[in-house]
Amino acid sequence: MTATKLGGPVAPVRPAPAGDPGGGLAGRTVKIVLLGLTVAIAVWAAFPLIENEMWTGLAILLATTAGLLYLYLTPRHIPLKYLAPGTVLLLLFQVFPVLYTASTAFTNFGDGHRGSKQEAVVAIQTASVTQVPGSRQYALTVATTGDPASGPLVFLVTDPVTRQVSAGDADGLAAVPPGDVTVGSTGRVTAADGYTVLTAGQASLRSAEITALAVPTAAGAIRSSGLSRAYEGRAGRAYDEGCDCIRDTATGRTWTADENVGAFVGADGDRLAQGWKVGVGFGNFTRVLTDSAIAGPFFRTLVWNVAFAVASTGGTFVLGLLLAMALHSPRVRGRLTYRVLLVLPYAMPSFAMLLVWRDMFNTDFGLINGLFGSDVDWFGGSASARLAVILVQLWLGYPYMFLVATGALQAIPRELSEASRIDGASAWGGFRRITLPLLMVALTPLLISSFAFNFNNFNAIYLTTEGAPFPADNPANGATDLLITYTYRIAFGGGGAQYGYAAAISIFIFLIVAVVSAVSFRRTRHLEEVHS
Amino acid sequence: MTRWIQQVGWRHLVGVLVLAFALVPIVFVVSAAFNPLGTLSSSELVPTGASFGNFTRLFSDTAFGRWFLNSAIIASVSSIASVFISALAAYAFSRRRFRGRRVGLLSVLLIQMFPQFLAIVAIFLIFSAVTDLWPAIGFNTSWGLILLYLGGALGVNTWLMKGFFDTLPRELDESATVDGATHAQVFFRILLPLVAPILAVTALLAFIGTINEFLIANVFLTDAGSKTLPVGLYGLVAGERNANFGMFCAGTLLTAIPTVLVFQLLQRYITDGLTAGAVKG
Repeated sequence: MTATKLGGPVAPVRPAPAGDPGGGLAGRTVKIVLLGLTVAIAVWAAFPLIENEMWTGLAILLATTAGLLYLYLTPRHIPLKYLAPGTVLLLLFQVFPVLYTASTAFTNFGDGHRGSKQEAVVAIQTASVTQVPGSRQYALTVATTGDPASGPLVFLVTDPVTRQVSAGDADGLAAVPPGDVTVGSTGRVTAADGYTVLTAGQASLRSAEITALAVPTAAGAIRSSGLSRAYEGRAGRAYDEGCDCIRDTATGRTWTADENVGAFVGADGDRLAQGWKVGVGFGNFTRVLTDSAIAGPFFRTLVWNVAFAVASTGGTFVLGLLLAMALHSPRVRGRLTYRVLLVLPYAMPSFAMLLVWRDMFNTDFGLINGLFGSDVDWFGGSASARLAVILVQLWLGYPYMFLVATGALQAIPRELSEASRIDGASAWGGFRRITLPLLMVALTPLLISSFAFNFNNFNAIYLTTEGAPFPADNPANGATDLLITYTYRIAFGGGGAQYGYAAAISIFIFLIVAVVSAVSFRRTRHLEEVHS
Repeated sequence: MTRWIQQVGWRHLVGVLVLAFALVPIVFVVSAAFNPLGTLSSSELVPTGASFGNFTRLFSDTAFGRWFLNSAIIASVSSIASVFISALAAYAFSRRRFRGRRVGLLSVLLIQMFPQFLAIVAIFLIFSAVTDLWPAIGFNTSWGLILLYLGGALGVNTWLMKGFFDTLPRELDESATVDGATHAQVFFRILLPLVAPILAVTALLAFIGTINEFLIANVFLTDAGSKTLPVGLYGLVAGERNANFGMFCAGTLLTAIPTVLVFQLLQRYITDGLTAGAVKG
């Protein structure tokens, strides 16, 4: 089958030279090998999908492979041949995660709202299991299906009367065939096929997980009592289908299911912590705009965020271009040495240097105060903290601009500036009228990307000031916070993960950056025409 | 003399001033790395002593060698692959006119503006499934991380390269086509060698970007043996900041070595006049 597919390009049917995809024997061989590899990878990837009966995944895999084979065997669709490799990867690892994230913006997905309602009910019932007089006792053996230190835990419980061994995890209990296990005199399992029995030492290291594990059963759940005994307790809270509510068997209190918020709500508005995932429409979006505790800081942060992105991008660009211009002359001696030393900041790992800069700005034993003999609490005041983070960005970012500006300058034919000089233009005039416009053709898209990158430059803030200083009345929103760090703190920090809400804010951020970029993009159309 | 200052002198002035700004933090890191005490509070700009204690501790107390190797492999493979992928795309965007060209360009620009790390929950869920199906490209593997990084290959690099393809005269490929060259020959034999300087620059940028990537790698690599340099080094100062500062700086310096090497390697491509020759045909 493979042979017929690969046989395609060997006998080209089209005489038109522009349509011949191969071009030389070497090119054709490389192409055959690459297509063969594609088929091989597809076959390798197909087996696990078939085993797990994931037919949708298999269909996508087959369609993609067939599409790629067609694309590279037909003489048509030339642009697509060049775009396909990047596009496939882009779709898989960037577009898909982004769309997935965006879709959670319309849900309450987060801590306490992860699974389905059914799972929430099971979790509530299992968590409320307590030992009551007459609870059935089991001999317990803690085992795992994986690595003793980190593999998923399994309870092997032995019925004291029948000596039947069952294996249970958070999904439920299943009997183990007697032939597969060796049961000791105490009723504890000493060995079992497919499981690794944890030693006392290994088990005690994971005692918190063992205490937390509850195996749901029809009557309630099996929980551990120490490391060698387990009991089947009764659920203190049970789901009642008639009223669609959770009832506490001891007190008789009820919590009714509310499908709008995805939680069981009591008469007094009290919610059970374990809820389920529901769609909330535009709820997350309106919360950003209407919740006064969020909207005010949001717009204040937005203004600083834009200022930070503009200052970082503009500052690094001006400094980088100035340097590139200064060194773009054969008359400067030691240009190579300059260049090597000047890009050193870029060679240093940025995340580590951000942490180093943070320590250099330290008030008491920081290098900056030490060098200048000053005593400034850099991250204590809004203005100095903002100045500090922009200075750090300047240090980190100018070598990049220097490199690309140097590259762009070298790509501009020297004849152009020489010609303008002969025509009587001044050095500055030549730069402004000839060099700069040409540079901008290549660099404008980069500036837009740099702006977008700095707009969301999480590390620049998170690894230095962490948003500080914070106003006394609002510990959630600091003076140097960018929208992204602010979002991160609200959504992931402190009160538990709220992915749905975080996704909604990130869509706002995305829209802001996208609009700014789209407007700038219109200008590049204009620039592109300068050259062509 | 005034003429010299006007034409050359100011260039040196700018160079020296920026050089001072550039080197102060690096000198600080160097002296902290060789500081025999190895703590933050005892580190100064001018070294107070010289010892390799921080370096030997780094190799004996941590899996630094392993992290180094992982980072070097991941960064090299993904930067080379991503430069190739984006060069292909840049050629199509620059030289070919097709339906959806502008939309494609705009989408490439827009998609990378989504705050990537917020998609990390989605990436985690996706790769949990991938780890179950294909452990060879799942969590704690270099291949999985490389694939994930290649998802962003079409981002900024495509734009950068398209800009440079645009500055190459179209007459070059037109005359080659007239002479009977196929589109593949035009791309590989004529255009690619001409954009070598910018390929070198993008490869360097991609290498640096990857070797510094922390957020995704931190979620992706949890096994001590599979960690990359940033993940491992961050772990050093996450808890014991003051005491491990010397080791951290030593690791920072060693992390910079591959980048400097790659730069030196590519330096000869980033020299003057490569395309000036091409314009003459």
